[in-house]
Amino acid sequence: MSGPVIRPYGDTTGDGRVQLSFTLPVPFGTERERAVAEGAALQLATKMGLEPAMVVHAKGMGPAFTFFIVYGRASHLVDLSEVTVAEREFPVLPAAEINLRIRSGLGREMVVLGACIGTDAHTVGIDAILNVKGHAGEKGLEYYREMRVVNLGAQVDVANLVARSVAEHADAVLVSQVVTQRDAHLAGARALADAFSTGTSGGGASGGERRGRPLLVVGGPRFDPTMAAELGVDKIFGRGTTPREVASYLVHALTPEPAAAGAGA
Amino acid sequence: MTAEGSKLGLDPMMVSAARHLARIAGQPIVDMARSHSTVSVERAVLRLAGLDGADEGGMPWVNRLVDAVREATGLEHGVALPAWDALVTGGYPDLATLASDAAAGQVKFRVPEGRDAAAARAAARAALARGFAAIDARRAQRESMIAETSDPPRPWIYLIVATGDIYEDIPQAQAAAREGADVIAVIRSTGQSLLDYVPEGATREGFAGTYATRENFRLMRAALDDVSRELGRYVRLTNYASGLCMPEIAALAGRERLDMMLNDCMYGIIFRDINPRRTFIDQRFSRQIHARAGIIINTGEDNYLTTADAVDAAHTVIVSQLLNEFFGAEAGLADWQLGLGHAFEISPEVPDSFVLELAHAQLVRELFPDAPLKYMPPTKHMTGNVFGGFLLDAFFNLAGVMTGQSILLVGMMTEGIHTPFLSDRDLALENVRYVARAAGRLGENFSPPPGGFVQQRAQRVLADAVELLHRIGSDGLLNAIANGTFGITRRPADAGRGLEGVFERAEGYFNPAAEFLEDPAAAGEGRQA
Repeated sequence: MSGPVIRPYGDTTGDGRVQLSFTLPVPFGTERERAVAEGAALQLATKMGLEPAMVVHAKGMGPAFTFFIVYGRASHLVDLSEVTVAEREFPVLPAAEINLRIRSGLGREMVVLGACIGTDAHTVGIDAILNVKGHAGEKGLEYYREMRVVNLGAQVDVANLVARSVAEHADAVLVSQVVTQRDAHLAGARALADAFSTGTSGGGASGGERRGRPLLVVGGPRFDPTMAAELGVDKIFGRGTTPREVASYLVHALTPEPAAAGAGA
Repeated sequence: MTAEGSKLGLDPMMVSAARHLARIAGQPIVDMARSHSTVSVERAVLRLAGLDGADEGGMPWVNRLVDAVREATGLEHGVALPAWDALVTGGYPDLATLASDAAAGQVKFRVPEGRDAAAARAAARAALARGFAAIDARRAQRESMIAETSDPPRPWIYLIVATGDIYEDIPQAQAAAREGADVIAVIRSTGQSLLDYVPEGATREGFAGTYATRENFRLMRAALDDVSRELGRYVRLTNYASGLCMPEIAALAGRERLDMMLNDCMYGIIFRDINPRRTFIDQRFSRQIHARAGIIINTGEDNYLTTADAVDAAHTVIVSQLLNEFFGAEAGLADWQLGLGHAFEISPEVPDSFVLELAHAQLVRELFPDAPLKYMPPTKHMTGNVFGGFLLDAFFNLAGVMTGQSILLVGMMTEGIHTPFLSDRDLALENVRYVARAAGRLGENFSPPPGGFVQQRAQRVLADAVELLHRIGSDGLLNAIANGTFGITRRPADAGRGLEGVFERAEGYFNPAAEFLEDPAAAGEGRQA
């Protein structure tokens, strides 16, 4: 036993008390049904490690379901030394701070270009990230005052995307790829990287410098986020990405860290 | 409520000034809509005439036919003249056969003249007469269903279903109705509003929602009819007419007896970057169809408060409601069909937040006494603390009950975490039932003192709304939208999706559906007052 070991706290150290609510697909009508339902709830709680457990509330919902609230003593111990924390390469920031970082770090609007490329007509992903409407309770990038978002929509030709990126002085290009038949999403991402490496001057600048080519960000439900380098893009986002994560990444990649700000970036 | 007079001491002159200014701001938009049309309006004409189905790739025949006509003759004269001319002269049995041949490039379209034009017009009018007879029959069917069951008392309890699979939605919707829902809304798949066609058939795959299709509408309405009879209470069905296909979805809703439709004059512009002209033209035609079909519209002002601050932007809600009212009435909607929206979105950290909400909700109630107002629960400040969220929802229910809101969307304590569990819905209904039972008569005993905080706040919001309407009237509504007046976002009139589907009507433009919809005498038996 290396680290401190703890249990849940109800009202006394070490009492292990927790609360839980859930629904079981059982009726709660007759006396017998109620007894069976409560027994079923207790059995589940016990198997979840609550011993003893107590059903404090049970209510039938329609003819076939019962809702329970259960309190019990968790028999499990938590070893804090075994807790691992996944480190993200960038912090997810609040919207106000993202705007502030762009204002102080870039001193101008951040220009973000978005599109679905090739034959992919599924704009759900790019729209969820860009539209004000947003996704998962977060507003899309259009909502950020300091960003100028140009959403080119579906089936955009890669050459047009490069041309538009130059014309708009894009800081970042976001491409969403949903179609995965014959690895179309991987081919699309490579085509994107190739077009930008030949279609724009310079490339590969680092740190807070104005980049020769825009930051290339690719997203879609079937991408493996670790493949960015292999595909020649800067970042890959997978399933479940929210607009604020993307915005936070853009700020991380395109503006100097606040501590370094003013140091001549 | 109006009989008791104003609880807020509103100045009637100020109220009529607000309406007058909304008319001034809205009239140029109406003029634009009357002189233009869109591909979706033209496709809706075909849908009203009964053209359904799709090609092998799933592209609807209405799209194929309108595209073929556009390529051959342009759409400036409307799709009807060239389409019915080809139908009559080509001896086609129906529009679907014509569309199929047209898609294969085997039809020569022209804009007919003289006698040929008269023949095409007559055939089109006859087809639309049958189409509107079907919609009128659906409306009568709704009335007889209500007579057979019963009309639930207000506030109507509004619950959302959103599984993505219509066959999964149906038992969930029926369960929700049995638990007490008076209105079932089937949320659409993410991004359907950006599709420039309406998918076909029963669908089982959607992203966070189920596609709006004619067949899905039919299946759900039939299932709710069953449960309405079982419960002895008419359960209403709602879907969404927003997006690039407003007129077409409105036509399908009328044909399948949906009861309410989300239909906002600016939502698509602000939140979906749909071209403003496209939206306003489509909106007018779609609302004319709703008016005829006896459908209640729900507007989307609640959305502004999810982007802008609910205190600072309170007056933009009022402005948008007044515009929605003007556009709705102009399109033929009666007051009982104007489900204007608003929301309980003030941060609970703001002192007196509940009192401010009461002032706002009462203001909307008094400005639109005969409208079935739709009140939306908190979403922005639902943090994942389900216990705190449950409390906030109770306060929302209390504000709704106290100020006589007509349609209450029931808040879920797990808002923003997951699609509601069965138990979330059950607890939410327990919450609203308790509040209605405990405080149902609090409203009649609520009279804010003259000059007090509530009155002052309501009067302030109305004054700010009037000031903003002044500005919009002199700048023009399209410029105001371009400058980011609503929901912060800037939307120029010549940008956004769907602009390529907008065109100016030529001299001699013919729209047989619009003839039925523009002429009040043709609107069938009057509407309920």
